[in-house]
Amino acid sequence: MLKLRGITKDFNGFRISDISFDVEKGDYFILLGPSGAGKSLLLETIAGLVHPGSGTIELNGKDITRAPIQQRKVGLVFQDHAIFPHMKVKKNLAYALHGQSNENIRRKIRSMSAGLGIEDMLERYPSTLSGGELQRVALARTLIQEPEILLLDEPLASMDSRLKAEIRALLRQIHRGGQTIMHVTHDYEEALSLGNRIAVMESGRILQTGTPDEVFRHPKNGFVAHFIGIKNFIPATVRTGDGLACAETPGNMKIRLTGGQENEKGFVMIRGEDIVLSIEALDSSASNVFHGIVDEITATPNGFDICVDAGEKLHALVTGISRDKLNIREGMKIWLNFKATAVKFIEE
Amino acid sequence: MKKQGLQWSFSILGAMMLLFIIAPVLGLLLSSSPAKLFETARDPEVKNSIMLTLGTSMAGTLLFAFAAVPFSWILARYSFPFKKLITAIIDLPVVIPHSAAGIAVLGFISRDTLVGKAGSAVGFNFVGHPAGIMLAMAFVSLPYLINAARDGFISVPERLEKAALTLGASPVRVFFTISLPLAWKNILSGLILMFARGMSEFGAVIIIAYHPMITPVLIYERFTSFGLKYAQPVSVVFILVVLVFFMILRLLLSKTKKS
Repeated sequence: MLKLRGITKDFNGFRISDISFDVEKGDYFILLGPSGAGKSLLLETIAGLVHPGSGTIELNGKDITRAPIQQRKVGLVFQDHAIFPHMKVKKNLAYALHGQSNENIRRKIRSMSAGLGIEDMLERYPSTLSGGELQRVALARTLIQEPEILLLDEPLASMDSRLKAEIRALLRQIHRGGQTIMHVTHDYEEALSLGNRIAVMESGRILQTGTPDEVFRHPKNGFVAHFIGIKNFIPATVRTGDGLACAETPGNMKIRLTGGQENEKGFVMIRGEDIVLSIEALDSSASNVFHGIVDEITATPNGFDICVDAGEKLHALVTGISRDKLNIREGMKIWLNFKATAVKFIEE
Repeated sequence: MKKQGLQWSFSILGAMMLLFIIAPVLGLLLSSSPAKLFETARDPEVKNSIMLTLGTSMAGTLLFAFAAVPFSWILARYSFPFKKLITAIIDLPVVIPHSAAGIAVLGFISRDTLVGKAGSAVGFNFVGHPAGIMLAMAFVSLPYLINAARDGFISVPERLEKAALTLGASPVRVFFTISLPLAWKNILSGLILMFARGMSEFGAVIIIAYHPMITPVLIYERFTSFGLKYAQPVSVVFILVVLVFFMILRLLLSKTKKS
């Protein structure tokens, strides 16, 4: 549906280079990357506010690289909503319907405002609306022109968690209605919870594209892994002396893993969810068993992040129930167990 | 304690400065009896000059606004070669002596120049004509409008213009529905400033046109021909008219600010 090929652009100190990917009809496509990666510039390029230096943009088989903004059928919602402050909500919604019959405009505003729950704000000025209400108005104003693809620039940034959940639900609802969405964010949790396809971007380049599972389970390189929040990411050298290979870390841990060449340098990566904590050493199929001292316990949205110093600091994710059952406290001795197959080695 | 002392000394300095502005104007206002003022206000020569002054300044302001306001938008939005030079050129009329400004404008519109010839072709001469007065007023007052309007456009977030474009509006529609209304406060204040500055101009105008007489020239003429006593009532009447005008315009401005 949306096809980008070799998009390159220098703009106000930002640079994007050789950007290529496809967004299919009905996709919820997430562009994930840190601030300054060029994500917003890429969105503005797709919307037509900025012309690419080279490369092509196709929408539904039509080359729109140089098409005027008005003819693109691309809707862009800005991070700060960009609601016109001198117009009531109703007039904001009607802005994109310029030239249509009054009856048409009334009908569309009625159905769009009902769908997004803003019927009772139509006569209000934007300065009287809250952040969440402004976001709804911004979405309504863009969706009312029935874009082929909806581009969202950090739509959940600077919102508290309750509001985030509310707007997330709204975005899911819009997506379920058949709207193709491309959503830019720096938050991997947002990416996981909304996207069905993810592209990771850094310094103006796309590093990896795939389903959330592909990207989160098999990050292509160190940046992707770090960025998507995998904390157990330790430099290591592979030793294949005695049977099963192991990776030697600077803190003298020998972590068993599958694959790897002798003396190969790189990083071992273990997802926090794959590490089992126990009070005694477990007799199990896990070939990595270490003991260490609980260094720090941090609450996360889904439980606790237990940081254990076992030569290297490893993070294990446990639920509140498990933490209570094992009575995990800082400073106590604890065992870490994980399978060699849970260890991913990424060569440098 | 120290801070209070500083506050006091600054306040006293400020009060002295205010007195410096108020005293001469107040003295002038009290210089003529109400009867004399009333008589002066009914003097056709005075009435005509005030009408001419207000009219030419207003006409110049509105006429030049058509070019100045869009140009201010360009200055606010784009960077281009020699932009700094152009900005400096715009401010030039503020810093050059106004008699010199008058000479410059005269050289531009006198009968043997291209503009002067164009004027002659349609049957009038800029020199000694309200149109010439208008040009002289506009020359010295234009920077006030351009600068205020430019600041106004700068204060309009570019994102709003971009958002309007993505909502399918043409650049012209974006200018008239987004940029202009949002910068309107500054533009209006620039229009008022330009109008006021034009109205009070003497130096440049007297070189272009002694006749027909705008009020500042009339005041000067009465002073040089008949003396201070004769110049005072005209000055007072003009000041009062100007003050009433400004109160109305300021009121208009504060109303737009509220909405």
